Amino acid sequence: MDLINAIILLLNYIFIPGLTYGSQLALGAIFVTLIYGILRFANFATGDMMSFGTMMTILFTWYFQSLGISLGVLPTALIALPFGIFFMILYMLTIDKFVFKYYRTQKSPPVQFAMVSIGVMFVTQAVVRIIIGPGDRRFFDGEKFIIKAREFKEMTGLNEGLALKSTQVLTIFVTIILVSLLFWFLNKTKTGKSMKAYSDNEDLALLSGIDPKKIVLVTWVIAGILATIGGALYGLDKSFKPFTYFNNMLPIFAAAIVGGIGNPFGAFLGGYVIAFSEILLTYAYKKFFMYILPESMEPEGLVQLLSTDYKFAVSFSILVIVLLYRPSGIFKGKVL
Amino acid sequence: MRKNLNVIAAYSIMMVLILLVGIFQSWNIALSIFNLCLISAVMTMGANIQWGYAGLINFGIMGYTALGGLAAVIISVDPVQEAWRAGGFDILMCLWLIIVMVLVIRFILKNFEKSKLRTYSIAALIIAAIIIIRVTAEPGIEKIEAVNPATTGFLGGFGLPIIFSWIVGALFAGGLAFIVGKVALGLRADYLAIATLLISEIVIAIIKHEDWLTRGVKNVIGLKRPAPYEVDLQTTDWFINLVEKFKSSKLDLITDLSERQAALNQFVIEGSSIFVKLCYSGLFLVVVIILLILTQKALYSPWGRMMRAIRDNEEAANAMGKNVVKQHLLIFILGSAIVGIAGAMLVTQDGLFTPGSYRPMRYTFLIWVMVIVGGSGNNFGAILGGFVVWFLWIEAAPISMFLINFFTAGIPETNAIKAHLIESVPYFRFLLMGLGLLFIMRYRPKGILPEKIEIK
Repeated sequence: MDLINAIILLLNYIFIPGLTYGSQLALGAIFVTLIYGILRFANFATGDMMSFGTMMTILFTWYFQSLGISLGVLPTALIALPFGIFFMILYMLTIDKFVFKYYRTQKSPPVQFAMVSIGVMFVTQAVVRIIIGPGDRRFFDGEKFIIKAREFKEMTGLNEGLALKSTQVLTIFVTIILVSLLFWFLNKTKTGKSMKAYSDNEDLALLSGIDPKKIVLVTWVIAGILATIGGALYGLDKSFKPFTYFNNMLPIFAAAIVGGIGNPFGAFLGGYVIAFSEILLTYAYKKFFMYILPESMEPEGLVQLLSTDYKFAVSFSILVIVLLYRPSGIFKGKVL
Repeated sequence: MRKNLNVIAAYSIMMVLILLVGIFQSWNIALSIFNLCLISAVMTMGANIQWGYAGLINFGIMGYTALGGLAAVIISVDPVQEAWRAGGFDILMCLWLIIVMVLVIRFILKNFEKSKLRTYSIAALIIAAIIIIRVTAEPGIEKIEAVNPATTGFLGGFGLPIIFSWIVGALFAGGLAFIVGKVALGLRADYLAIATLLISEIVIAIIKHEDWLTRGVKNVIGLKRPAPYEVDLQTTDWFINLVEKFKSSKLDLITDLSERQAALNQFVIEGSSIFVKLCYSGLFLVVVIILLILTQKALYSPWGRMMRAIRDNEEAANAMGKNVVKQHLLIFILGSAIVGIAGAMLVTQDGLFTPGSYRPMRYTFLIWVMVIVGGSGNNFGAILGGFVVWFLWIEAAPISMFLINFFTAGIPETNAIKAHLIESVPYFRFLLMGLGLLFIMRYRPKGILPEKIEIK
């Protein structure tokens, strides 16, 4: 019995939150990695683009709520998502046309691109804050829990409860569908393959008749979908605050680089690596050991490897270590 | 003279703008903008040395700034004897352990061939050492933090004048840069940018949460000052006489004696804070000028020429026998040290150390906008960039307020869009920064004052 309790404890506090947070990071990381692999720059506006997409989704959610449209148990934001995605893509394409295109035709070095993306970052921050303000917004509606901790205890008679939030299930579910679709697209369709070719060797791809304009367009469309959905899922699960999104850029970058930048599958796994290492290293295992060890051996302290203050620092340290020992990432980057 | 016309023009415009703020808003605001402009100018010079001279990207600026601030605390705060007695021994033990660890690792690196075994044993050693250090430090840290937590709860510092911290801050930042540079400088440019940004986040996380060293988010307030205190000034005779002399034309208009005294008091209070700010301006100006002379000398020296050669063509410079790795490390340390000075200056001016206010994500990019807008590789440009961008950052709200009111003059106050716009005035500064950066990058990629190389 104690063993089951211990497992439920880990499931509740480590596995499910890790999986959720990891999925949210993974979507962002694939976004970063796609831009890096195909457009060849580190996009510092990542976090803010995600907050722009989320903002659009929120605005449409509010609009639908005011019309009285809802999905019952599911959050209204799901109907608003396509509209959010549309505006996100529109925004990205506008930015690309007026800003990035010039540098692409000039064949500027990646550093210059990165600097330009910082300019885009500032502009996007301003746009988001001017439209929706810098405050904390919650836009989740519908049923909050699938299983409540108390119900679970009553149901199974265990000491530990397992709470399952609907946003967590939704996040994991949507991520799996989206990522499988994306990998199918990249590996099986002609456009996906030509994107791969373009990423591998631009000149060779151009020689074999691949239209760079189309590649860039498709990349931004995919990026817009990923950014909006990733941002909206994060916002549904926690809450929407522009500055948090801006800060999330760092773990997202960490995930993309750990997984090997330019490699979407690596980025996908990198998200989970970062999320789980953050949670595993800062979780206090006292209760876990209380269950599995006999009473005489119970630990005195919290059995916490690092205090939760260092949550961010953990993922960054992992990244720094990866950068030093395997700069191409765990899963060898640049092979899209 | 003719050649430097654009420099002179740009600086005069900047000065006029600050004077305008003084005339229309208040001299107090103008001077605080000016002081922070000077500090940003120092930071920008540090970043410019790395980026403009050597083409190294350093997004870790906030980490070095925070270290400079830490230096200000450690140098100027009086030691907390009680805390030292309580837990000083444990902390010193840890320091020894760290030194021993580093020496052992050095020993292993020197005496054993590179192999998987060596890498793993070093990793194991580091992990073991971290655990041992945590165990030894824990009781000491708890005791130190228990000593009068409301006012102290940390080890304190050396109780020296705070000016020394400017040098120590540079040493701290340089030391960190040495470590960071050793491990990260081999990375490609955009990786280096991200790695340095993340390292600065780690440094700030440590400063924020190690309460025994910095009091963490509880902040250290009331640091010593290199300038006189306002309250003291207000009771000093020579200062009151000085204010009287300055304001005599206004004071003479008032005939009533008690009213005249009241007005004089008001002027003295205003004057004292301006005087203190002027003291700081003077100190900062000295630092900026010294740094400017040094960096200019370096830029036109053989060393500067070598740096540019490395920047423009690393392989060629390498082939000519220049040690690229070493020079990169050197310039990385120098630039970071300058940023460290700026960090110490910032804390000196504020008189308090608030680890929570170092936000790498916000200010790092601002400093970089300064470097790019000002003109990378040109020291006058870097300083100008610091001035222009900080000025706009502060004055963006009033300017956009004015613009909104100007363009929506015909619309009534109750209009929802107008009200919303006025409410979000503070965020127009981001728009201004972003658009400014984008336009400069596009139409004047070398900055307002581009790099000029004179071949003599």
